[in-house]
Amino acid sequence: MSAELDELYQSIILDHNRRPKNFRAMDDATAVADGQNPLCGDQLKVWVKIEGDTLADVSFQGQGCAISKASASMMTQVIKGKSREEAVKIFDDVHALVTGHPTGRDVGPLKALSGVSRFPLRVKCASLAWHAMKSALDADGKTVTVSTEGTGPDGAGA
Amino acid sequence: MVEGMVSERGALAPRADFPLLAANPRLHYLDSAATSQKPASVITAISRYYETINANPHRGAYALSAAATEAYHNARARIAKFLGVADADTLIFTRGTTESLNLVVGSWGRANVKAGDRIVVTRLEHHANFVTWQALALEKGAEFVIAELNADGTVDMDRLAALVTPNTKVVAFGHVSNALGTVNPVAEIVALARKVGALAVCDGAQSAPHIDVSVDSLGVDAYAFSGHKMLGPMGSGGLVMRRALLEAMPPWQMGGDMIANVGDQHTTWNVLPHKFEAGTPNVEAPIGLAAACDYLTALGMPNVIAHERTLAQLAMEGLAALPGVTVHGPAIDKRGGVVSFSVEGVHPHDLSQLLDADGVCVRAGHHCAQPLMRALGVHATTRASFYVYNDASDVAALVASVARAKDKLV
Repeated sequence: MSAELDELYQSIILDHNRRPKNFRAMDDATAVADGQNPLCGDQLKVWVKIEGDTLADVSFQGQGCAISKASASMMTQVIKGKSREEAVKIFDDVHALVTGHPTGRDVGPLKALSGVSRFPLRVKCASLAWHAMKSALDADGKTVTVSTEGTGPDGAGA
Repeated sequence: MVEGMVSERGALAPRADFPLLAANPRLHYLDSAATSQKPASVITAISRYYETINANPHRGAYALSAAATEAYHNARARIAKFLGVADADTLIFTRGTTESLNLVVGSWGRANVKAGDRIVVTRLEHHANFVTWQALALEKGAEFVIAELNADGTVDMDRLAALVTPNTKVVAFGHVSNALGTVNPVAEIVALARKVGALAVCDGAQSAPHIDVSVDSLGVDAYAFSGHKMLGPMGSGGLVMRRALLEAMPPWQMGGDMIANVGDQHTTWNVLPHKFEAGTPNVEAPIGLAAACDYLTALGMPNVIAHERTLAQLAMEGLAALPGVTVHGPAIDKRGGVVSFSVEGVHPHDLSQLLDADGVCVRAGHHCAQPLMRALGVHATTRASFYVYNDASDVAALVASVARAKDKLV
């Protein structure tokens, strides 16, 4: 297997895929978003519970490849307990990372997603849950649907 | 190429005939149901057209335009002969199956389907033969009903028969499923449509490339196909339809070439096939496709499906022997060279990514057949599809690569 592929499918990614964290529905969520990738039919639902300005709880469920599932799983771990502003900043960092233009800020365990940038077709897999999370924050209190198509030149395409 | 001859690698057609495959000896191209590779003869035919006779057909009085017109019509005659269509002018050139089906829906459908009518499709349909009719039904207030499948991915003919009621105006079905490879019993389906006077529309995208199709003998009212899946160029393809229907149908695109006389207030239409070919035609497409038909004729179409079934059978056995692998669809006698499968705990996109690293090109996704995926209870599958240039080494590479990917991902 190529070095690029090994970097894409790092063991941390495969572990999150096999045993995703916060992989559950949430009864008391304040916002929910459905993330859809119409090209492959993948769907992830992201639940967020906001208390004051804090993301008190984040969870997800759905169908997706290892990259999208692992990215969603790590996202729930990393942004839980963060403020809205911090969560959006991390979204920006991850988006920059997977599209091959890292901001240079420390993204902790999320740097495992850096391998995605070598596979442009997989960027939308890695971004799916993040776009859903961001729309959930934007549409506080409502259920929204976000698609990987039409989210911009790098999140979408193909 | 002698009919039935097996080349050095066990393929029906030599890899050397296909420049892309010849340049990539380690490539295992198993996505011909999406699009086929092109033999040098097809590529050369297109180049030679531009190098020697390029002009706008049907327009100039000069010799070059006449040569282009002649080449365009000669291509139509050869493609019609290949498909078993006696009346070549009932073969309308389009960009492919999708455009052909949109022509049937947009012209015949809009003019003939009304509120209270019924349109019947099968659960196997590609979106091109599903969404088109679904949209027409919604537009007209017609019923849109779906014939469900047996457990093996074949159409449940009893249920289909029950659905084809006297108010049914259209029975639309694929000849061969792109997602499962299921070969449908065309004659039986046509008989059901005949009984109630419904239009029998056949999506031939996956049959024209692989089966010795005689459209006239199929008995369907409309047959749509794509050239790029049968060794021809992208943007080639057509619609074959009964002359009486085509003559009664309104044109679906207006412009040059499709008119007989344009008055200030009224216009009359040109004869077939021109009535349905508005604007400057894509001349290179049928010229390339005709060369592809010649190539396939030399291989022998009965040999093509036999070869594909041999490889599909090998793949089905090899994959099914791996723990956690499920092969979808019917037994080999009811399918073409398509093998769709799922691996427990492995998403098709991850699988196809790892297979790609081994030079194995397969399709991962819903195959433009989401209604079918729902019935199978999956979001996506991985699909390997075989054609004339594939051989047993491609199957071996596929099976070995799936086994390796499974070990890594599960």
